[in-house]
Amino acid sequence: MELTGADIFVRCLRDEGVEYVFGYPGGAVLHIYDALGQQDTLKHILVRHEQGATHAADGYARATGRPGVVLVTSGPGLTNAVTGIATAYMDSIPMVIFSGQVPTHLIGNDAFQEVDNVGITRPCVKHNFLVKDVKDLATTIKKAFYIAMTGRQGPVLVDLPKDVTAQKTEYSYPKQVTIRSYNPTVKGHTGQIKKAVKLLLSARRPMIYTGGGVILGNAAEPLTELTRALGYPITNTLMGLGGYPASDKQFLGMLGMHGTYEANMAMHGCDVLFAVGARFDDRVTGNIEKFCPTAKIIHIDIDPSSISKNVKVDIPIVGCVDTVLREMLALLKDSKQKPDHDALQAWWHQINDWRSKDCLKFDTTSGLIKPQYVLQKLYEVTRGDAFVTSDVGQHQMWAAQYYGFDKPRRWINSGGLGTMGFGLPAAMGVQLAHPQDIVACVTGEGSIQMCIQELSTCLQYQLPIKIINLNNRYLGMVRQWQEFFYEKRYSMSYMESLPDFVKLAESYGHVGMKIEKPADVEPALKEAIKLKGRLVFMDFITDQNENVFPMIPAGAGLNEMILL
Amino acid sequence: MRRIISLLLENEAGALSRVAGLFSARGYNIESLTVAPTEDPSLSRMTIVTRGSEEIIEQITKQLNKLIDVVKLMDLTEGGHIEREMMLIKIGTTDGNREDIKRLSDIFRGRVIDVTGSTYTVELTGTGDKLDAFIEAVGRAQILETVRSGVSGIARGEKSLHI
Repeated sequence: MELTGADIFVRCLRDEGVEYVFGYPGGAVLHIYDALGQQDTLKHILVRHEQGATHAADGYARATGRPGVVLVTSGPGLTNAVTGIATAYMDSIPMVIFSGQVPTHLIGNDAFQEVDNVGITRPCVKHNFLVKDVKDLATTIKKAFYIAMTGRQGPVLVDLPKDVTAQKTEYSYPKQVTIRSYNPTVKGHTGQIKKAVKLLLSARRPMIYTGGGVILGNAAEPLTELTRALGYPITNTLMGLGGYPASDKQFLGMLGMHGTYEANMAMHGCDVLFAVGARFDDRVTGNIEKFCPTAKIIHIDIDPSSISKNVKVDIPIVGCVDTVLREMLALLKDSKQKPDHDALQAWWHQINDWRSKDCLKFDTTSGLIKPQYVLQKLYEVTRGDAFVTSDVGQHQMWAAQYYGFDKPRRWINSGGLGTMGFGLPAAMGVQLAHPQDIVACVTGEGSIQMCIQELSTCLQYQLPIKIINLNNRYLGMVRQWQEFFYEKRYSMSYMESLPDFVKLAESYGHVGMKIEKPADVEPALKEAIKLKGRLVFMDFITDQNENVFPMIPAGAGLNEMILL
Repeated sequence: MRRIISLLLENEAGALSRVAGLFSARGYNIESLTVAPTEDPSLSRMTIVTRGSEEIIEQITKQLNKLIDVVKLMDLTEGGHIEREMMLIKIGTTDGNREDIKRLSDIFRGRVIDVTGSTYTVELTGTGDKLDAFIEAVGRAQILETVRSGVSGIARGEKSLHI
């Protein structure tokens, strides 16, 4: 039987195992929406802005490991989605975006709601397609999911002209596709892996540094096993938190610009650095000239272009982190060589000395609410077991520092692009994927207003997200930099005329709370969690002058941190 | 360091702009770029001449390989290779210089392919240096127009770029 392109679209998604589509209708996708409306296996989540759709799909993907799916219309539908696509691209999040397009005979005519979707998204997708013939539709969709999910994952866009969704053809969904020009490496080079194990075992001051690749590559388990077997110190990047249990004594905390003193000093002092699924981002390395001056570096990454991009590596291994780590574990078990016990003990002694500085301490006697305190209490009240999304700025760094993640895929934030407005819509995707779990969105009064409209979506789908708004009436991270580096000229970093967030939450049909005293923090969090089915917007009025410490100023090395 | 990178890529709409976009987005240099379909109509062959340090060239080849449309890549400058460029050049002629230009074009193994009362159009093939030398010899004052194809390259010997 022949089906229309729109029906084929729906069938493909169902056959691909897609659970949710995050989208917003419009002229060019009306055929598709008509087909969507006549079935109920594929669930559509109607957002309030296309940026919200992409972040929600992104949150869903990060929390589950399955691809997020987005459907938007042509023109402004797609341009609104671009921020979310770029966010996913920077963090290698698997996502498939379907955009409507004007009918093929109008393409290039400056038709109503026409933009060059493929052209606009080209620099921020892993790949994109324009489907010109309905006969190519099913294969293209299969290819899009295949590319998004394999190798270094990322967003893939499929542009669908309106007439293609009306044309008819026979439907069959390919079980698999091969693309001759695309063959991602899975297995690491055995010789290199052997060399890496040898070097690791010969280390006197080793350091393990792991990133988002461990989370995306589902490699937390072999990483934890390997790290414990070696007894070496480990640090995670912002994207890698949860890749190794934060509550474990071998964990030194996050590294980088706002990382812990002990993690950064151990990076600087190590003689062998084992980098796993991390990309030596500038927020991690500080001044590249001063980065790990005495270290031999081993680097596992699925993307060859990540290797030796910023920092020259001694033993590169291209492959899936999971596969490579398991191979290393097996070699390690068979090896007669053991880590140098005395050297390691001296190294731990040094690290514990750095640790004793207690670099994350903060003023606990203040009469004002300290943002760090809110996050500590959130951790306690949720027993460290919540899914936490964040926006971008000071609150993001505090959440990363003070909420210890013991499991992967629990910490959901925009690391690479640093997209304000990410937190709330991402939390929607996470909550849909994990309806029984606590999902907390840590945000600030600046970020939350960038996608505040999604409160309406949360009501429609009954998403009981707990919003932790750390309200300091400033764009805090901007203010902090202005305080340190611009002689306290606070240009445009204040927030005036803020809405009454309690009333705002209530007007969207949710529960609002305003918390002004430290003593009220814990009771408010407990109360919010008790309100099981409800979204609770907690507006914490925090100390305006609090800064994120420790900090590596621009141009400095990892050993040149500013401590409180 | 000057490098000649040869690519086989899917002969599809947009493939060229992915390559060009990669170079502009990452700030890499393109000295010349040529592209045309091969004997297999599903594939295009592209030759890119670029400059950069060893690290940058390594990144360029890795980033190009990462593009889904790139089927295969070879850095021709890593081994023996041949490069050629074609130029069409229109030269203003007078009774006084017509003979000289014909002779010059013969010396450079060029061919006069179009003639009017006041112009010669010469076709010339060779390395970039040779074409530059011809331009120099003719003298800029007499040149009305030049069109250069950009470099095409191929490896010497049995080494070949195919799938």
